[in-house]
Amino acid sequence: MSILINKNTKVITQGITGKTGQFHTEKCQEYANGKNCFVAGVNPKKAGEKIFDIPIYASVKEASAATGATVSVIYVPPPGAAAAVWEAVEADLDLVICITEGIPVRDMLEVRNKMKAKVAAGGKETLLLGPNCPGLITPDEIKIGIMPGHIHKKGRIGVVSRSGTLTYEAVGQLTDLGLGQTSAVGIGGDPINGLKHIDIMKLFNDDPDTDAVIMIGEIGGPDEAEAATWCKANMKKPIVGFIAGVTAPAGKRMGHAGALISGGADTAEAKLAIMEECGFKVTRNPAEMGKLLKSLL
Amino acid sequence: MKIHEYQGKEILRKFGVTTPRGNPAFSVDEAVKVATDLGGQVWVVKAQIHAGGRGKGGGVKVAKSLAEVKQYASQILGMQLVTHQTGPQGRKVKRLLIEDGADIKKEYYLAVLTDRASQKVAVMASSEGGMDIEKVAHDTPEKILKEFVDPVVGMTDKQAENLARGIGVPDASLKQAVTLIKNLYRCYMETDASLAEINPMILEANGNIKALDAKFNFDDNSLYRQPEIVAYRDLDEEDPDEVAASKFDLTYIALDGNIGCLVNGAGLAMATMDTIKLFGAEPANFLDVGGGATTEKVTEAFKIMLKNPAVKGILVNIFGGIMKCDTIAEGVVAAARVVHLNVPLVVRMKGTNDEIGKKILKDSGLPIISADNMADAAQKIVAAVAH
Repeated sequence: MSILINKNTKVITQGITGKTGQFHTEKCQEYANGKNCFVAGVNPKKAGEKIFDIPIYASVKEASAATGATVSVIYVPPPGAAAAVWEAVEADLDLVICITEGIPVRDMLEVRNKMKAKVAAGGKETLLLGPNCPGLITPDEIKIGIMPGHIHKKGRIGVVSRSGTLTYEAVGQLTDLGLGQTSAVGIGGDPINGLKHIDIMKLFNDDPDTDAVIMIGEIGGPDEAEAATWCKANMKKPIVGFIAGVTAPAGKRMGHAGALISGGADTAEAKLAIMEECGFKVTRNPAEMGKLLKSLL
Repeated sequence: MKIHEYQGKEILRKFGVTTPRGNPAFSVDEAVKVATDLGGQVWVVKAQIHAGGRGKGGGVKVAKSLAEVKQYASQILGMQLVTHQTGPQGRKVKRLLIEDGADIKKEYYLAVLTDRASQKVAVMASSEGGMDIEKVAHDTPEKILKEFVDPVVGMTDKQAENLARGIGVPDASLKQAVTLIKNLYRCYMETDASLAEINPMILEANGNIKALDAKFNFDDNSLYRQPEIVAYRDLDEEDPDEVAASKFDLTYIALDGNIGCLVNGAGLAMATMDTIKLFGAEPANFLDVGGGATTEKVTEAFKIMLKNPAVKGILVNIFGGIMKCDTIAEGVVAAARVVHLNVPLVVRMKGTNDEIGKKILKDSGLPIISADNMADAAQKIVAAVAH
């Protein structure tokens, strides 16, 4: 098994006709069962056309109705990206993965609150992964996003991280040690996002094929502490933790919009401390995440 | 993006928030002219830099005559103003705000910011205005009131009234305070701010409520649709190297150490800095080359890092995914030649085409030290710099 997606998942690509969308759609199609998974694209101006043999529809709703797709991935540029998320939510998809970096925070605030209001009113809940994330992958089955497929290996370790290349780093170490992954999930580096560490940890905890997890965080925000506290009471599997940004100065935005220390509680030291207290095996050496995990099995 | 107090007050007035009357001045003569035009008997001369704590550092003075305005303006303009936010070197004052003196009866704190945990807009108020709010939050957290606003619904009268009453605004001034709070919220949303802070908001003897200070940060992702905010940008207040880097889509932040780092991805870049520290040295910078690192971008990145005279060695750490290691290797070799690199360089490459990349580095004839993993790379550069 895996979390969130598998080889039978049917995916709609929003922003499939843009340069980034085209580039990554082709890579995703080439990976494992991708040819069968990526079944639709959306662009109102190009409805009826095809790209890489994938039919293009005018809206997410139409694409979903025509193909049975329940997941979408978004490469739409920042000004229209939050609206693209909302379109997928209104189409009642199960999961939306937003790769786009640089979406205005106000737009994300509005769409997140609209999503919560929809659920509160009895509407179907659509999960959001990202934005500003690499996406997620279930090795040898499906890859949705921009991560390099070939570094992954099918197996029993879960990986979750806010950072793209740091996820690849952890995956690369695991694969080199012969440890495959159930799923590797990038939740994204923005301050207002969808699924958080805690949500992914719950899914890995419930997944019978995941034996252990590497959870990677960074400075800024309360998410890692929240996840750690939940794990202390509930997680049945060993966890290796790493937090990037011990050397980051306060008040500076370190690349990611959300990587900004705003108080004493969201420094790397504070997060490492709470993770350790909650039973994580914490490392300060990011080159050793894989080795440390192996020692726990 | 940050702006000056006087610019913040211009924005506040557009949204109906009352502030003292005032204008900026770029010279002593101009300061006296602004004061003369304002009239009255008391003026405040305020240094305009992008840092807090200006009063304690001697950057805010109350003048009781035009002669004093002139005297204080001469003192403050051009001074190296040191505050807890500027670092020990301080910041040179190039602009002043001259405004009416205020008849302060009571000082309050008011701020709007985005709350990550609840994904709402938090409006915070406190009776303890004019103080360091982080100290208030730490010592007497019950004195900070918060209302969480759903941006789809907007701020209600009730929420604004809860805050105004909660911090003890007298009944006679309640309506003014409620209006100010709601206007500040509207201003925050419409300008795509990430922080709007008024410290202090004041009650005057005549019962009027005013914003005596204005601090704004804006969401960089939204600047494309906020041309009026972008027009307020003051490049003198920003690090010139960070500005130069941003022109090449590089995210660069100068730090205090002596090992330059060039990395793809923000998280990996921070992790690389941390690893350098773990092995006993300090990083000289954060530098994320992003996803599409061309030879041109890598060359610019080297130039920017090497402008810092403290840099005694460079660590390149690349996880090649979509970006191929051989492309990066060619960029590194070209860059090292262009800048006549004369400090040790350690390169760690992993991922797509890493073997070809390593061969390119080796065949270049340049004294590039190759490393297998992040820890190995950090140890090698720390050792090379120590020699």
